Amino acid sequence: MTPAQRKRLPIRFALYALLALLSAIFIFPFLFMLASSLKGNDAIFADVESLRAVLPVGDLTLDNYSAVFQRGNIGHFLINSVIITVVTVALGLFVNSLAAYALARLEWRGKQAALVVLVVLLAVPLEAISVPMMLLVTKLPGLDFSEGIALTRSWLDTIYVQIIPFIANAFSIFLFYQFFRDIPKDFDEAAYIDGATPFQVYRHVIVPSSIPVFATVTILQGLAMWNQYLWPVITVPGEEARPLMIGMQQFFAARRVEWGEVMAYASVITVPILLAFIFFQRWFVRSVVGSGVKG
Amino acid sequence: MPATLELRDIRKEYGGTEIIKGVSLTVAPSEFLVLVGPSGCGKSTLLRMIAGLEDISSGDLYFDDQLVNDWDPAKRRIGMVFQSYALYPHMTVEQNIGFGLKLAKKPRAEREARVEEALRVLQLTALRHHKPSQLSGGQRQRVAIGRAIVRKPNAFLFDEPLSNLDAALRGQMRMEIGRLHQRLKNTVVYVTHDQVEAMTLADRIVVLEGGVIRQVGTPMELYERPSNRFVAGFIGTPTMGFLEARLAAADGAGISVSIGGGEASKRVRLPFAAPAQQGDAPLTLGIRPEHGRICPADQALVFGDVIMLERLGADTFAFLDVEGAEDTVAVRLPHDHEAIAPGTRLGLTFDPQHCHLFAADGQAVAKIQP
Repeated sequence: MTPAQRKRLPIRFALYALLALLSAIFIFPFLFMLASSLKGNDAIFADVESLRAVLPVGDLTLDNYSAVFQRGNIGHFLINSVIITVVTVALGLFVNSLAAYALARLEWRGKQAALVVLVVLLAVPLEAISVPMMLLVTKLPGLDFSEGIALTRSWLDTIYVQIIPFIANAFSIFLFYQFFRDIPKDFDEAAYIDGATPFQVYRHVIVPSSIPVFATVTILQGLAMWNQYLWPVITVPGEEARPLMIGMQQFFAARRVEWGEVMAYASVITVPILLAFIFFQRWFVRSVVGSGVKG
Repeated sequence: MPATLELRDIRKEYGGTEIIKGVSLTVAPSEFLVLVGPSGCGKSTLLRMIAGLEDISSGDLYFDDQLVNDWDPAKRRIGMVFQSYALYPHMTVEQNIGFGLKLAKKPRAEREARVEEALRVLQLTALRHHKPSQLSGGQRQRVAIGRAIVRKPNAFLFDEPLSNLDAALRGQMRMEIGRLHQRLKNTVVYVTHDQVEAMTLADRIVVLEGGVIRQVGTPMELYERPSNRFVAGFIGTPTMGFLEARLAAADGAGISVSIGGGEASKRVRLPFAAPAQQGDAPLTLGIRPEHGRICPADQALVFGDVIMLERLGADTFAFLDVEGAEDTVAVRLPHDHEAIAPGTRLGLTFDPQHCHLFAADGQAVAKIQP
C-alpha cells in the first residue's frame, strides 16, 4: 500500500460501507421473497416487522412449494413462457441486428429519417400504445393449430400474439447500431474486396465481432419478455397460452391470499431467469475481455 | 493475369466539392505505380475508386479495355492491403487468407493448396493457427498481403500499408514488397505519403496535389527534372532548398539572375531559357543539398546561419537559415566539417549546372542543354 493509498483508506472504508448498505437494500425484497416462501401466512405476518422477515427462521416448510405445483398449471405456464421468451429473443437477435446493420453500415436513401424514427420510438412506452395495439390484434386474422390449420378471427389468446409484436425492438436495434457503428469500416471493405455480399459481411464479419452486444441484448430482451405482464393480461384471457407471470393471478382469486404460496410461486418464476442472467453475464464479461485486443 | 489499368479524366465530388479534379493515367501490366502526395491530396480516394469502394463521379475506368465503373469490387478482381490491415479478428491467419476463396466457393483442395502457397511465400506457415491479435505488426502486414495474393488478382492496391510500422520494420517490409513484386509481376498501385517508399518501390511515381496530377515519371526523372516547384520540394530528403532570385538579363545561351537582396545581391549566370513571364516577377532557384557547397566568404553567393545538423552517419546535412529564403536550406557537408556547429555562419555556393529554376507560377523553367 502506498502512502497515498493509506491516506485514502477512511474514504474507501466509507465507500464500501455505503455500497454494502445499498446492496442490502436492493437484496432485501429478494430475501424477503425467498424467506417468506418457506413460511406459513401467520409466520410471515408475525415476522414482517423484524429482521426475521428476511431470514429463514422459525417453522420452515416446503408446503408452499408443493401447493404451488399442485395448483396444476405451473408446468404449462412455464413452457409457454420459455417458448415466448426464447422465440422472441432468437428472432429478435436476428431481425434487430440486421436492421441495425443496415442503419450502421449500408448507405440508402431515407436512412437518416429511419434513425430519427428509431430514436423517437425509444421514447414510446408499451403502456402508451397497448390499447391501439390490442384493437389491432383483435381484428387480425390468425391461425389455429389445435386441429390442423384453421383461420381464426383474431390473435387473442395465442402464443404468437405475445411474440410477434415484440420481435422488432427499438432499444435492441439502437444497442446493436451503436456497437456496429464503432467497428472499423475497413473490415467491411476488405470483405467486399474478398467478394462478400452485404449479408455475408454481416454474417462473417459483423456478427462474430459483436458477441458482447448479442449477449447484452439477449439479457435485456429476454428479461423484458419473461417479465411481460400488461400485454398478456389484456390479450390472453384464457389459460391455454398464459405465461408464468399471469399465473400469479390465480393466487389472488381465493378469498384468503396465501402469501407463502405467492412467494413460493414468485421464487419459482424468478430462479430460471436469474440463472440465465448469471450464465450470460459471465459470457458477456468474457467476450468483452476477448474483444479488447485489436485485430 | 496482370492487367492494364486506364483512368480517363476521373473525377470525384463530395457534396459539391471536387476532391479529384480530372486524373488521366495508364498503368501498364506488371508496373509498380506509386501515388504520392501530402495528406488530403486525394491519393487514397483515387485508389478506393480503382478498388470500387468509392463511386466515380465522372470519367471512365478501364481494366484491360473493359469499362469497370459500375463493377463491384469483387468483380474487378483486385487485391487490396489496407493501412489498418483489416484482418478479421475472429479468424486465424489461415482463415483470413482463405476467406475470399471460401466466399468464391472454390473446391476445398484448391483452396487449401492456394492458402498453403501464400503461407509459404510469406513465411507464415508456422503462424497459420494464430489469431491476428497474437501477431506482430509486420506479421499482420504479411497476412494482409497474403489475403490479397491468394486470389490471384488483376492488380494489387496498397493503401499506405507501412505507415503503422516502426522505422526498422518499415524498411524491411518495403524490401519484402519490392521482392514480392519482382516475383509475382503483378500490376501494383501503391499509395503512400512517404517519398522514400515511393522512390524505392516505384517503376513510376505519380505526384498528386489537391486532386490534380502534378507530375508522372520514374523516380529519377522526378528527382532530377521536377516539372514544378511542388514536386521539387516533395521529392528528396532533405528537401530541395529554395532561394528567391530575380531575372537580370537573358540571351540565347542562358540567363543572369540576381540572388540575395540589396547591397549583398550577387549575379549568377545560369543555363536556362528566358522564363515566359512578364517583367520583374520573382523566380525561385532550387538547390538539392548535395549540389550546394559551403565556401569561403569571398566566393559565397549567399550566407546562412546553421540552425541544426542532421547526422546520418555517412552524410551530415546542415540546415541553414538563409536571408531571402522562406524555409531553411539544407546542404550536405564535406567530411571535414567538425568546426561547424549550430550558430556558425556559412558561405554557400552551388553548381549552376545542377540547380533548378521555377517561374513565379511554380512551373520549372527549361534548361538549355550544353
